[in-house]
Amino acid sequence: MTSATLYGLMGAGLVGLGLYGLVVYPHALRKILAFNVLGGGVFLLFGVIARRGASSGLGGDPVPQALVITGIVVAFSATALAVALVVRLVEETGMAALPSDDPPAERAPRTEP
Amino acid sequence: MIQQSPGYLLVLATVLPVLGVMLSLTLGGRRAERVALMTMPAGLAVAGAIFACVLATRRPLLYVVGAWAAPLGVSLRADGISAAMLLTTAVLMCAIGLFARADFRTPRPGPREARAPLAFWTLLLGVWGALNAVFVGNDLFNLYVALELLTFGAVPLVSLDGRAETLAAALRYLLFALVGSVLYLLGSALLYGAYGTLDVVLLSSRVRADTATEVAVALMTVGLLAKTALFPLHLWLPPAHAGAPTAASAVLSALVVKASFFLIVRLWFSVMPALPILPAAQVLAALGAAAIVFGSVLAIRQTRLKLLIAYSTVAQIGYLFLMFPLVAGAAAAPGASSAAWTGGMLQAISHACAKAAMFMAAGLIALAVGHDRIAGLAGVGRALPMTVFAFGLSGLTLMGVPPSGGFLAKWLLLTAAIDRGQWWWALVVVAGGMFTGAYVFRVLARTVTRPGERLVPSAPVARGREALVLALALLSVVLGVLPFASFGVLQIGRLDLPPGLLR
Repeated sequence: MTSATLYGLMGAGLVGLGLYGLVVYPHALRKILAFNVLGGGVFLLFGVIARRGASSGLGGDPVPQALVITGIVVAFSATALAVALVVRLVEETGMAALPSDDPPAERAPRTEP
Repeated sequence: MIQQSPGYLLVLATVLPVLGVMLSLTLGGRRAERVALMTMPAGLAVAGAIFACVLATRRPLLYVVGAWAAPLGVSLRADGISAAMLLTTAVLMCAIGLFARADFRTPRPGPREARAPLAFWTLLLGVWGALNAVFVGNDLFNLYVALELLTFGAVPLVSLDGRAETLAAALRYLLFALVGSVLYLLGSALLYGAYGTLDVVLLSSRVRADTATEVAVALMTVGLLAKTALFPLHLWLPPAHAGAPTAASAVLSALVVKASFFLIVRLWFSVMPALPILPAAQVLAALGAAAIVFGSVLAIRQTRLKLLIAYSTVAQIGYLFLMFPLVAGAAAAPGASSAAWTGGMLQAISHACAKAAMFMAAGLIALAVGHDRIAGLAGVGRALPMTVFAFGLSGLTLMGVPPSGGFLAKWLLLTAAIDRGQWWWALVVVAGGMFTGAYVFRVLARTVTRPGERLVPSAPVARGREALVLALALLSVVLGVLPFASFGVLQIGRLDLPPGLLR
């Protein structure tokens, strides 16, 4: 097993863990963390691809590395936005979990302003 | 690849709204509205120029950024569908911007900056810039960034009023969108690993049918479906689109969901035109059919007008996916495939106009009667005749009644389904029209009922805003009576047609 394969499998494992966390946990902060684990797996995979695709004489293909840096910036902004929303949600309701997935039609009608 | 002279228009289309955002943030909240309103005619002019250019040359417009050719460089490319979507976006943005002036007016001179107007106008421009970047992007990673920009603009639009309910809706939307884009990114990583490029045009000639490609495309498609809210990944859409302020609902329902749909079309017919995709395309269309039935039934059951319209969006998104099995394999049946292609894109455009008009009409109705409970709408038809008429007109487009744009779109899909021997999709189109009729008439019948006592609008509704809604509704109808040849523009630059088949 080459190191690229090993890292590839680890990336796949992180993607799996992240997806599991996103689906299973109702708590918003855990979902955000799971999204970051998932993103980490994808970025690791970019690293593997940079290593595998490198032409002779180069340590790695620079393009995927450039993509990963951009991807990390985007994931960081996404996390910041999500955390900001969770903070506001906690301020308003005192709860950081999303309400259950009932179709909104079934919910009690909200009070009129 | 040769650098074309008007290619800079594509750069302008993406940069202009972003400049507006930066200018608003620099000049402060008091000037955000003016900056946005000044950007709008300029953006409309640029989109119009791109459309005219593609139409005149009958060729896609290409701009190679920094003259670095692919695979190392990144290019922008506008084919027929890009040009049409750019123009639709620009027209709708102008209409929605004018409509929103009354809701997000900058307060009279005073010491305090107004946060809501600043947030709304900058986000609106941000969404516009991101949409344009999606439509002209020719590099899968660039498209990923554009999609994320779109999410970051669209999510806060949902929760502008800061109520707990809309915050939860925004958070749910954001989580769905983030998973969607991360899956898309994973797929692009695999494609880069397999082919060493993410340029759409280069990929279209290199792609082979192997496991890596199939897994990559499957991941990207699922990710984009979550963002498009195709059944069964639609859970986030109704609370988000119904809870947002009126103008924001119109942008989200009319345009934002179309961006990820547009990318699925790109992916399936531009990135991998030569692959045998028919079985997978049947699955997409089956999900679309499920969305039409499920969305319409839920729309009929809603008690609030905005939720009804949001579920109608879930249903109408389903129609868009009927085009996939009918377009696939264009070389075998170019005529039917082109008809389905035009039908699908025309459905996207006419639904955009009609749905924006519908949400705006619902906003005016809610403003006038103080609520949006369908049961309490009796007499609205007399109080706001122009708005209710506009609602009905856009309903005609959604149902597919001639001579509306929606009729032409659905007719094209229907004939393509019969031509290609896939008659079951024709049944779905017909049944969907009847379902749509049911929920549109439910609202209209209520509004023309005589109320117990004469309805007095609780707030005055400006005639100008009513006229705007009517104009958009009329636009969605007029699309159906344009000369048919004018839709040939949609076929320009298709990569899934063998050269020589282009008209």
